[in-house]
Amino acid sequence: MNLEGLEMIAVLIVIVLFVKLLEQFGLIEAGLEDSVEDELEMATVRHRPEALELLEAQSKFTKKELQILYRGFKNECPSGVVNEDTFKEIYSQFFPQGDSTTYAHFLFNAFDTDHNGAVSFEDFIKGLSILLRGTVQEKLNWAFNLYDINKDGYITKEEMLDIMKAIYDMMGKCTYPVLKEDAPRQHVETFFQKMDKNKDGVVTIDEFIESCQKDENIMRSMQLFENVI
Amino acid sequence: MAAGVAAWLPFARAAAIGWMPVANCPMPLAPADKNKRQDELIVLNVSGRRFQTWRTTLERYPDTLLGSTEKEFFFNEDTKEYFFDRDPEVFRCVLNFYRTGKLHYPRYECISAYDDELAFYGILPEIIGDCCYEEYKDRKRENAERLMDDNDSENNQESMPSLSFRQTMWRAFENPHTSTLALVFYYVTGFFIAVSVITNVVETVPCGTVPGSKELPCGERYSVAFFCLDTACVMIFTVEYLLRLFAAPSRYRFIRSVMSIIDVVAIMPYYIGLVMTNNEDVSGAFVTLRVFRVFRIFKFSRHSQGLRILGYTLKSCASELGFLLFSLTMAIIIFATVMFYAEKGSSASKFTSIPASFWYTIVTMTTLGYGDMVPKTIAGKIFGSICSLSGVLVIALPVPVIVSNFSRIYHQNQRADKRRAQKKARLARIRVAKTGSSNAYLHSKRNGLLNEALELMGTPEEEHMGKTTSLIESQHHHLLHCLEKTTNHEFIDEQMFEQNCMESSMQNYPSTRSPSLSSHPGLTTTCCSRRSKKTTHLPNSNLPATRLRSMQELSTIHIQGSEQPSLTTSRSSLNLKADDGLRPNCKTSQITTAIISIPTPPALTPEGEGRPPPASPGSNTNVPAVASNVVKVSAL
Repeated sequence: MNLEGLEMIAVLIVIVLFVKLLEQFGLIEAGLEDSVEDELEMATVRHRPEALELLEAQSKFTKKELQILYRGFKNECPSGVVNEDTFKEIYSQFFPQGDSTTYAHFLFNAFDTDHNGAVSFEDFIKGLSILLRGTVQEKLNWAFNLYDINKDGYITKEEMLDIMKAIYDMMGKCTYPVLKEDAPRQHVETFFQKMDKNKDGVVTIDEFIESCQKDENIMRSMQLFENVI
Repeated sequence: MAAGVAAWLPFARAAAIGWMPVANCPMPLAPADKNKRQDELIVLNVSGRRFQTWRTTLERYPDTLLGSTEKEFFFNEDTKEYFFDRDPEVFRCVLNFYRTGKLHYPRYECISAYDDELAFYGILPEIIGDCCYEEYKDRKRENAERLMDDNDSENNQESMPSLSFRQTMWRAFENPHTSTLALVFYYVTGFFIAVSVITNVVETVPCGTVPGSKELPCGERYSVAFFCLDTACVMIFTVEYLLRLFAAPSRYRFIRSVMSIIDVVAIMPYYIGLVMTNNEDVSGAFVTLRVFRVFRIFKFSRHSQGLRILGYTLKSCASELGFLLFSLTMAIIIFATVMFYAEKGSSASKFTSIPASFWYTIVTMTTLGYGDMVPKTIAGKIFGSICSLSGVLVIALPVPVIVSNFSRIYHQNQRADKRRAQKKARLARIRVAKTGSSNAYLHSKRNGLLNEALELMGTPEEEHMGKTTSLIESQHHHLLHCLEKTTNHEFIDEQMFEQNCMESSMQNYPSTRSPSLSSHPGLTTTCCSRRSKKTTHLPNSNLPATRLRSMQELSTIHIQGSEQPSLTTSRSSLNLKADDGLRPNCKTSQITTAIISIPTPPALTPEGEGRPPPASPGSNTNVPAVASNVVKVSAL
């Protein structure tokens, strides 16, 4: 019995080798058709932004500022769009101690308004324009959009917890005082106490904006980054 | 933080607005952006090639030359650009580093030129990008090895006069070409190694029959003779080992070295054999010990460079060899198992167990194919053929790595030998260049003095005999002239110096103390009074009628080398000479006309020591920097 089995195996091996040999000579067309797909993927996506004047009209930046911004953008992403991995990489350079990938993911989603998986220069400028030159209302809107992960118009506790954990992750391990396990959760509780007016467990955009406008610290900090460019 | 992403800092700061509503405490104030300059283009002119870039691009790396205020030193007010007198090709790479954040190493560039440029611009080579880093490191390592080889051969050729006996012995052992005794020793040991190995071999050859007994190997027939030979060899080896042990600079390290272990293993069996003769139990072990005598053949590796290279190669390819061994073992086990089960059913199969099949697998994979075990079933034959095919592949793969390693090391050795030969030529050329420039100095001095003399004599016939020297040359000559004045000695050229030495020493030798001043008309006049006083001491001194002639009587130019402790001896003899005449004082200078005279061989020192050194601090050849690599000994 063993012998016969082994003989069969041996013969099978010989046949397989023979087939492979024929493939080598191109006599048999085997193999999956994935070479063409590979080629398509290899071609880098190239995206050209809109004209300078158009962008200037759409955003609140001057021409010179747009030039500087574009040069920096293009330097880092020659293909004209940022995909999520590059985005995470760039953002993590600023926070060497902790792990900023989760927060970068949320940020990416906030910037990628058309949800096509890539942030083009227009998206970039749109976001920056709001953040740096927008009204307080617009900024708060943007923040709400960031926190609302599934974009359903409500910030639930779970969403907030995710955001909070992501922010605390950026701190890393070495903090003073030592980071406790439930620090994010506690922070979320504080947040909800402040924001959730009707105590229904979710925060709507109006509640959010209203509560923020009442808080002086938040108002002041919104103006913090006015002169970044 | 990679400076390339500095451009994204505004974005990161803007995104921080996302934290604001969550924060409980007030935020710190943002830093004010003082003097917010508009970004401007700056022009970098590197040897005529103009590069332009934004100022902020350069400021990405503030700890380099271009990124800091250091570049202001190179700012040219007239053309409003930064001018660097450097290689524009390498500058291209440097500037690209600022632009892209990655430093590349171009393959066509010489490694030391590139390093120099990087050092100039204040860029650490460690940030070379991954794409080029390996190439850079390889080239750098090659270069370092090359330089190390040069240094080693230099060190070997230096003659260090004052070595202790132990050190000379060690050097003799390590490098047999240093003295004839060492060479003799080298050949004697080599001869005895050969004798020992041959006796080991011949011992076992059947030597003809003694009547009345069966055929004996030579070892038993002439056992006394062989024993004597063995004893002689072992004695030589023991003496050699003890001498090496005595002479080794670090005994502990010597004992641990491979060669010494081989030595010990080579001679131990003999002593052990002496100790435990006629003991039946251990005679089996005794026979085993005799096998170790064959290790004496490894002692030849001291005599053969090729063997050493081979050993070194094998050591450096340890990982490849390890991999080869591991993969072979895996394959052997697999195929042995398969063959065993394939051949299990066939009658009278030699494949009795899996370990028994190991032998078949090894013989097949190395393509030996003895044929003592062959598969008989079809499956066995198929698997056997697959086994031999894979054996060829598995063995053929790591071997080229080992071969290339061996080739690299071998060529390195060849290169070292070639370089040593070329070095002699190079040194000779350098020497010629040096004497050329020193001759230029003397020539110009002669001409200058001649001019002075002519002027003194009032015959300004020939205007300027000397050729028009460049400004740098004239300044250099002026510098040397000042040195002469400072030390009250003068530079002279080689032949005259040798002549001086010869004459003075010849005249010194018969007479005990009095230096033969008569032979030294060679006093160049200087304006130093002390010098002229000395000249009056000479009975025969004819104050040279012309200074020109005086110049001709000096001798010996040497080339600077490293400092020599032999200064003391030479100093006294120099003092001796100082009486006689001019001891040119020498100062080393990198550039060349440094001329030293360390005149004499120690033969003269006995004469010199008794003499009270005559006053001249000027004759102090106490230039500590004085030392000569090459001591020209005047013929004595």
